[in-house]
Amino acid sequence: MKVTINGDAGELPDGSTVAQAVRMLTAMTSGVAVAVNDVVVSKGAWESTSLSENDRVEVLTAVQGG
Amino acid sequence: MNDMDDALVIGGEKFSSRLIMGTGGAPSLDVLDRALEASGTELTTVAMRRLDPAVQGSVLDVLRRRGIKVLPNTAGCFTAGEAVLTARLAREALETNWVKLEVIADERTLLPDPIETFDAAERLVADGFVVLPYIGDDPALARRLEQAGCAAVMPLGAPIGSGLGIRNPHSIELIVEAASVPVILDAGLGTASDAALAMELGCDAVLLATAVTRAQRPELMASAMRSAVEAGRMARLAGRIPRRRYAEASSPSLPRFA
Repeated sequence: MKVTINGDAGELPDGSTVAQAVRMLTAMTSGVAVAVNDVVVSKGAWESTSLSENDRVEVLTAVQGG
Repeated sequence: MNDMDDALVIGGEKFSSRLIMGTGGAPSLDVLDRALEASGTELTTVAMRRLDPAVQGSVLDVLRRRGIKVLPNTAGCFTAGEAVLTARLAREALETNWVKLEVIADERTLLPDPIETFDAAERLVADGFVVLPYIGDDPALARRLEQAGCAAVMPLGAPIGSGLGIRNPHSIELIVEAASVPVILDAGLGTASDAALAMELGCDAVLLATAVTRAQRPELMASAMRSAVEAGRMARLAGRIPRRRYAEASSPSLPRFA
């Protein structure tokens, strides 16, 4: 299925979870947060939350700023 | 004088330093690290961005190592909705319910949008956040945000990164007079005297980044800012003399040869 991860189109097996999408970018779990279609998915729910076709996944972390 | 006797209290939490730092604009994490140490800061902002796997080292490591509390901001947001989502992501990633709320009106001025900021503040307060909103030097808006439950108000001195100092000291004084939450002068400071003036006007703290990180010698400027904030705070507490049009002799007025 097609999903967008941080603005880039990607292909994931059907039934992939948020955790799998995050692992495509980073092995880190601390200091990272995820939103799917503009709704925050808490860390405890990454493994149990399945993605659907055309989901928009945003994986954020802290950077220098302000 | 620089101990907990005169602590800054935000949202029930005490800080002995009244200098809040930003981390934007530093040429490297190493330079930032040394500047933060020299500043003596205990509270420092970070921004939230898409994770880039190519980036090595994290500003969070620097803050953790120094024991500095992290204050995520919502920089880059143009609407209340974006800011609320960014704050929630920051809460999840950084395990803090504190947020410097920043909703920008346009790219050219980077001035804060008062309508979107107020809308986001109400929603974030209702969601349990400790909200520190970045605003224009507007006493009416500052009062409304305090009434809405914000933990502090952060009026600008001048546009972000401009180094123009405090363009409207009178408005800052009006905000200070009316506020019962901390007033934190945020944005526009250029050099140490600007930070001292903010404190002399009665601000409870200052937040600055560019003035330090883009100075020719960031570490030295961080030290200067630290001293300026302390000096300005002490001067405020000491109570300055009134301004006079004419001289007033400070020596006894009797004739020298009576």
